[in-house]
Amino acid sequence: MNTIAPFPVIKPSVGLPPVLLPLFGNQVPAGFPSPADDYLERRLSLDEHLVPNKNSTFLVRARGNSMVGAGIFDGDLMVVDKALNAQSGDIVVAVVDGEFTVKYLGLLNGVICLKPANPRFQTIQFTEGQELEIWGVVTSTIKQFRR
Amino acid sequence: MPIALVDCNNFYVSCERVFNPKLDGKPVVVLSNNDGCAVARSNEVKALGVKMGEPWFKMEKLAKQHGIIALSSNYTLYGDMSARVMNILSEFSDQQEVYSVDECFLGLDGFASEYLVEHGQKIRRAVRKQTGIPVCVGIADTKTLSKLANHCAKKGFAGSDGVCDFGLLSEAQLSKLFSSLPVGEIWGVGRQIGSKLAVMGIETVEGLRRADSEYIRQQFSVVVERTVKELNGIPCIELEEAGTPRQQIMVSRSFGLPVTTIEDLSESVAYFSTTAATKLRKDGSVASSLCVFVRTNPFKEKEAQYQRSVVVPLSRPSADTAKIVSAALAGLKQVFRPGFRYKKSGVLLMGLQPRDSVQPDLFDEPGDRARDEARMRVMDQINKKMGKGSVTIAAVGVGQRWAMRREMKSPGYTSEWDELPVAR
Repeated sequence: MNTIAPFPVIKPSVGLPPVLLPLFGNQVPAGFPSPADDYLERRLSLDEHLVPNKNSTFLVRARGNSMVGAGIFDGDLMVVDKALNAQSGDIVVAVVDGEFTVKYLGLLNGVICLKPANPRFQTIQFTEGQELEIWGVVTSTIKQFRR
Repeated sequence: MPIALVDCNNFYVSCERVFNPKLDGKPVVVLSNNDGCAVARSNEVKALGVKMGEPWFKMEKLAKQHGIIALSSNYTLYGDMSARVMNILSEFSDQQEVYSVDECFLGLDGFASEYLVEHGQKIRRAVRKQTGIPVCVGIADTKTLSKLANHCAKKGFAGSDGVCDFGLLSEAQLSKLFSSLPVGEIWGVGRQIGSKLAVMGIETVEGLRRADSEYIRQQFSVVVERTVKELNGIPCIELEEAGTPRQQIMVSRSFGLPVTTIEDLSESVAYFSTTAATKLRKDGSVASSLCVFVRTNPFKEKEAQYQRSVVVPLSRPSADTAKIVSAALAGLKQVFRPGFRYKKSGVLLMGLQPRDSVQPDLFDEPGDRARDEARMRVMDQINKKMGKGSVTIAAVGVGQRWAMRREMKSPGYTSEWDELPVAR
């Protein structure tokens, strides 16, 4: 049988102001663990999907209609990676006369050129000695239909 | 162990040129806060004789004559580009000390000496290709020497294609090179030490390298003695790698216009406190106290001068914007004196510690801490999404008459949806 020791009872002092002590609100989980816990994986990340090279990727806004045939419309957001080596057939951002332009990188009679994806625009050709600066390669575009 | 110092060429100007190719080949300066003086110069501007720190008003005539393009500093852009460059550089070594916004030391342990230059070239190409920023690389056995090697690489005094490895130079070549460099080019030798050295007859790098280190210690300090040893290839200054969390966070600015009222000063102090508190939370830290300071413009010698600072302890370590702002404003009330034209104010957060190491206070109101933290999280998220300052506390004000003058600032090419570069 349990015996209870006869502790003296201490009466609270009268007249002192009450002291508020914190009640720790943390919950102690005691239920059945979720069966899904073992299957939790990372959420898909658009950042990781669209920007594999964080250090070299920049966003550039498309203006005008020269690339509509490639599905790039005025106002579209382009993901541009500077680290990639541009190849013929890539869509690139290039510097022409100090301005950025977005075009297909192509070959015309064996010479590098910038081809629009719109018959109303002309191919930009380069003569000897003229330098073409490829700023980066467009890896994807982002179109938003509704925000 | 060989050490590389990687330094971005004319960093702020180079950042601007990445996004505005029209600036290529043109004389460009970037001006300090309030468009005061040159803090970065393109090579074309250097060739015109414009000195670092030269006030804009002094070069305005030259600027007109030669078509110098002046830009206000766009620190958001430079910060972003710096982070990219430093990330890329970290892939080239396990030991990286980010020394400033545009330079870092890399420990090159384990590289055979004949491959160091090749490694340096690889570094240059990687940074250039991925970010568009040109860098130079100096390689030597000590930090002081690698800084000097970088200077030589940049100026084309030694090495080639922007990489200079002192390890490849013979003693005679080094001696000749160092005899041609003024002593002031050495890291840590400022104007004061330089002029005292000149009096002693030491005017070149070679002069200081050959000096008796003992004697130099007696004349100056152990610091300068260390410099002499480092010039002789004896490492005395270790690489300080990242990972040591910040001990203090300082936010201060000079005002665009002199400020005279406590209302305007309060707005600035509240604004700086808000910025500092955001940085603090980003680090996952809390502050135990803060220091507020105000001062007049020491360059306006005819105006009455005043400067004062005060340390305000926080009742408990916190990263809560509201608590930090109200402590800072209480401090400002103590230091403010009417009748002065204030030029600058600032807030320094001190006694930083990791948030998780703070003991819960037995006498906190229940739930206080969790509620404060939740509120701050929401505020940070909104500001991240909608732009800095979307949600702030009222004390920051809306007019901000004291704000910096940055009339020629380039767009937020990497930080604002509405200001991205455009391609046609």
